[in-house]
Amino acid sequence: MAKNTDSNLYTVLFAIGMVVVVGSLLAFSASYFNPTISLNRKLEKQQNILYAMGVNESTLTSNSEDVNNFVPTDKVIDEFNKYITKQLVIEGDKVTEDNQAFLIDLKKEADKAKNPSYVRKLPLFIGEKDGQKFYIVPMRGVGLWDAIWGYMALNEDLETVKGVFFDHKSETPGLGANIKEPFFMDDFTGEHIFAGDQFKGVVVAKGNADPKNENKTDSEVDAIAGATITGNGVTVMIKKDLSMYLPYFKTLKK
Amino acid sequence: MAEVAEQEKVVKAKEPLFSKKNRKLVTDPLTDNNPITIQVLGICSALAITAQLKASIVMAIAVMFVLGAGNVVISLMRNIIPPKIRIIVQLVVVATLVIIVDLVLKAFAYELSKQLSVFVGLIITNCIIMGRFEAFALANTPWKSFLDGIGNAAGYGIILIIVGFVRELLGAGTLLGYKVLGDPIEKTGLFAIGYENNGFMLYSPMALIVLGIIIWIQRSRNKALIEDH
Repeated sequence: MAKNTDSNLYTVLFAIGMVVVVGSLLAFSASYFNPTISLNRKLEKQQNILYAMGVNESTLTSNSEDVNNFVPTDKVIDEFNKYITKQLVIEGDKVTEDNQAFLIDLKKEADKAKNPSYVRKLPLFIGEKDGQKFYIVPMRGVGLWDAIWGYMALNEDLETVKGVFFDHKSETPGLGANIKEPFFMDDFTGEHIFAGDQFKGVVVAKGNADPKNENKTDSEVDAIAGATITGNGVTVMIKKDLSMYLPYFKTLKK
Repeated sequence: MAEVAEQEKVVKAKEPLFSKKNRKLVTDPLTDNNPITIQVLGICSALAITAQLKASIVMAIAVMFVLGAGNVVISLMRNIIPPKIRIIVQLVVVATLVIIVDLVLKAFAYELSKQLSVFVGLIITNCIIMGRFEAFALANTPWKSFLDGIGNAAGYGIILIIVGFVRELLGAGTLLGYKVLGDPIEKTGLFAIGYENNGFMLYSPMALIVLGIIIWIQRSRNKALIEDH
């Protein structure tokens, strides 16, 4: 070989060349794929919100086997506009309608809210299906490894849960990651978030004496074995994020 | 490094694509030179993600892609990589590959990319990849390196799938999410006669024990694998 690959000059030049090539390759592919990726994220959010209020693939196909699948991505925009009748942004006492409310980044809002003078924007979605009205609250919290988030649809009484959807960034597959499995999410349906006048949220409880989840008024669902911290994260997330909406819910109940 | 020198010599003579030596590159890591049970590489991910069979399969495919492609890239560059920074170069190659794969998946197979999300980071840190770059691709032609990558990833994948199979079956009573042993809550199938899932199987220590049993079986069948001390 003619070149001396061991010389310092060559090493430095190679390193610079490599960084330039790799850097531009990554920058190019990131900006090239970015529009597609953000569109995917947007559609996914709409799918998740619809799923929480019980609109899924079976709503379109009338096939009960599709009940655990999302509305397909090519139809989700139409379905979202059809079933979500109102999108609200709650800022303190001010409530405005905003049909882009589902794009509000909860993480950024939570960061901004660390500044006590900032009034946090809370998105709330109002859906309607078969004549029933649902209030869908977005939530975000922490699991064992990273972020977890989800949506909870409440019935018009603002006390019982219509349905939930959870997702996570990197919980352990087979353990914490199971929070997004239907067997776990379906348990939430019908649970009461109030015990009497006391707001309780829904607790993911270990040692729950009700594994078949027949008691809907205990505000508890059965935890997943081996996923204690993720489960606790879900409990805290529901309690914390839902409680921010309580003042607004009170004005509705009057 | 004796092995590497020997392979360098072989390259000189023109040989068919699937010569006996080339086939050995693929088959050896499956059994007597398995990256997990014999070379003891990639144990970490084998413990972390094998609670489910599906996750094991997905991880095996992802590693196969990255290792196959990465070995080829490194092999193509083997004569121009400065030896002083070769580890850094290897790391950059694997990280770049993984990021690009991740972007493509996010853009065109969003669902799949969500399942993979946990594993992408794990692929970069998988010692098998750096190990094969360093021990094989730096000294061999692209085709041989490709075969070596596929072989090692397959050897890794087989162990992952075996461990995942055992853990999901005994831990959760399911395979790929299907309830093959019956429903533990409704008490059907095996559960009707008093069988219980072993929750301990879902934890990582049990993966290590399963892995230990695999190593034990393998070495008791082939005594040549047992090291002398």
